[in-house]
Amino acid sequence: MTLKTEPILVNIGPQHPSTHGVFRMRVAFDGEVVVDLEPVFGYLHRGSEKLAEERTYTQVITLTDRLDYLASMTNNQAYVLAAEKLAGIEVPLRAKYIRVIMAELMRIASHCMGIGFFLNDLGAFASPIMYMFREREKILDLFEVVCGARITYSYMRIGGTSHDLPEEFLPALKRFVKEMPGYIDEYDALLSENEILVARTKNVGILPAQKAINCSATGPVLRASGVPWDLRKADPYEIYDRVQFDIPVGVQGDTYDRFAVRLEEMRQSVRIVEQCIEQLPPGSHIAPDLPALIRPPVGDAYGRVESPKGELGFYLVSDTSISPYRCKIRSPSFINLTALRDMTVGWKLADLIVIFGSIDINMGEVDR
Amino acid sequence: MTRVLSGQEIAAQLHQAFPEAVVESKGDSVWVTPEALGQVARHLKETKGLEFDFLTGVSGVDYLDYFEVVYHLTSISNNHMTVLKTRCYDRENPAVPSVVGLWQGADLQEREIYDLMGIRFEGHPNMKRVMLWEGFQGHPLRKDFFERPNPAVEASP
Repeated sequence: MTLKTEPILVNIGPQHPSTHGVFRMRVAFDGEVVVDLEPVFGYLHRGSEKLAEERTYTQVITLTDRLDYLASMTNNQAYVLAAEKLAGIEVPLRAKYIRVIMAELMRIASHCMGIGFFLNDLGAFASPIMYMFREREKILDLFEVVCGARITYSYMRIGGTSHDLPEEFLPALKRFVKEMPGYIDEYDALLSENEILVARTKNVGILPAQKAINCSATGPVLRASGVPWDLRKADPYEIYDRVQFDIPVGVQGDTYDRFAVRLEEMRQSVRIVEQCIEQLPPGSHIAPDLPALIRPPVGDAYGRVESPKGELGFYLVSDTSISPYRCKIRSPSFINLTALRDMTVGWKLADLIVIFGSIDINMGEVDR
Repeated sequence: MTRVLSGQEIAAQLHQAFPEAVVESKGDSVWVTPEALGQVARHLKETKGLEFDFLTGVSGVDYLDYFEVVYHLTSISNNHMTVLKTRCYDRENPAVPSVVGLWQGADLQEREIYDLMGIRFEGHPNMKRVMLWEGFQGHPLRKDFFERPNPAVEASP
């Protein structure tokens, strides 16, 4: 005989340490078990898409910084790629390499935070994340050398980047690339076989591949389910077809796989940066003879990149004026939440927090 | 490299199955009537050789004369993509059929378009606002939306 108890409705958030910002989950529990879940958000909605309609194409770059504030470089990149596609601007080869270096460094920094906060949610309070902050700090220092900012870079421009690499950047980057694999091995040794982590995450919150595709999940969430879909390989942009790297995939799409995929992706990102340093060509960092105000021809374009969280896309519509007629942001954090209910129903409250942490969402990007 | 299937290619495919569905095709996009959208989407998802199993994104655009709903479709198994569009001329009560039954990924995105653009998706199981609160007047991403003056700001010198 099974005992049934009266379901109880609990609001987790919006002010809750494990919701990574102002996010609310309205959860129905049967005892300790989740029977229904509805994500509630919008607390950080700033109307970025509407604001973009009143800014010039270049000014919109500053808005993209504020979407996923842990990965501003890739946001910049997705937007400028869409705008370049719309306006038909050719980018110099050197600029493409610089952008890829920045995007991959950003991926390492973002995954550091993704894994760090995930472990925080798991109960490994503050220790792992302090290790991760240590490495992220080094990456932010590198960005500061390049563009003077640590969070909101606005470094990429339509047609290239705002500055060329300063001379002290490459030696510092080489030093970083040399020491980073050691740090990743350190995380691996500390975490991957940790008994508590394995017990809490293996076979927990499984997202089958078919479901992940149907829910439009992207990024590490999709790849952990065993689908080798990475835009850097599937639809290479910039110079990803010139570098060698692997796409780590998970086995069954559980919480552990999502963690493991992120850890391995950091290694691959270091590999890509190494190759970019070797191949970095001389030349200009921005396309010559760009107009001060960009007026793309009438039409629309969809530009996308593989951001640390998944597929980040910008759908731009132009009416030949100086600002986009419509700027739609396809944000991976927002769409990855679609699968949250299916992943958590049937699991307990403590698992819910862990499963949610493993999706690695960023509220700036969910609410826009 | 993801192959982009042109609008003409898709239109030719659709023309056999649904002679009245296609309105126009240009570049990488194909326009269909809202009435046929559900059938067309199912056809694109389930036909061998097309298999658009992945809904990349749904966007709404307000062109003042009409609303346009844009579906970016990707096939992960075949690595190709296309753009499906539909126009909705009713400004008072715009509605298009929902595709949540085919791609669950449309769930939150359709709710967002309803919230910010005011296009209703018929057949969506949970059609309510997602970013703004219930009771908010108007739909901010419409081109004729102007914010009401804030009495608190007006009163201050």
